[in-house]
Amino acid sequence: MKARIHITLKAGVLDPEGKAIENALGSLGFDGVNDVRKGKYIELEIADSDETTARDNLTRMCEALLANTVIENYAIDLEA
Amino acid sequence: MKSAVIVFPASNCDRDAAVALERISGSKPHMVWHGDSDLPEVDLIVLPGGFSYGDYLRCGAMASQSPIMKEVIKKAKAGTPTLGICNGFQVLTECGLLPGVLMRNAGLHFVCKTVPLSVENTDTVFTSKYGQGEVIDVPIAHHDGNYFADADTLDRVEGEGQVAFRYANDNPNGSARDIAGIVNAKSNVLGLMPHPERVIDQQLGGTDGAPLFAALTEALS
Repeated sequence: MKARIHITLKAGVLDPEGKAIENALGSLGFDGVNDVRKGKYIELEIADSDETTARDNLTRMCEALLANTVIENYAIDLEA
Repeated sequence: MKSAVIVFPASNCDRDAAVALERISGSKPHMVWHGDSDLPEVDLIVLPGGFSYGDYLRCGAMASQSPIMKEVIKKAKAGTPTLGICNGFQVLTECGLLPGVLMRNAGLHFVCKTVPLSVENTDTVFTSKYGQGEVIDVPIAHHDGNYFADADTLDRVEGEGQVAFRYANDNPNGSARDIAGIVNAKSNVLGLMPHPERVIDQQLGGTDGAPLFAALTEALS
């Protein structure tokens, strides 16, 4: 089963990299770009065939390693 | 004082830490590879600076899962004094021994310079040889030293006297409340971004880091 995990900064956590990207887009002439937030995207293949087990395992992976929940949220998408 | 320095792949301040420990305590530390699962009986554990695992995923995230860290966490929770410098501080937050997280510097640049720090809590095994509010000069060299925690955590850390060091003048990395180093609730785990092990000899630019190692040696010998 393929899993796609998006890791994003929580609201209220400052994102200086996002700000730098926003400024760079502005200097390239792309006007009207606001609130750029940089995150991470992780793809992985897991052996579980049952969606509930897979989601449970992926949640534990996110909590233990893939995300730092002090500053990050995660979203799990599963593709059978 | 018997000590251990944990060596991760891409630690690069492990030998500086070893020199500081040996010079001041008089005994050579054990250099313990991160892949080991046994920690010798020691009075102090040091997690050195560097770029463990190439800062993959997040600084300190992979190192916090190293086999030796299970032992480090167990010993630290049981009260063994544990010092995390720079990358070591990042590892301590990633493994949950210290609250909060070290984020990318607000200015986005790697900052390498000597900065003044104020000593905020002298009632720890690490800081007892400094004066309360004393300003010391210690170098920083990091890209991710921007300490962050939510407001409740910051209030708790402040209220419990867990802020050990603060940047005294300009904040070099945007850290919350100018925090440069914190201890855990029991005060036996210290994480700090500046490098006291680099200022233990006048020929290396200063001696303001020496009292930290001297305090440990006195308390743990």
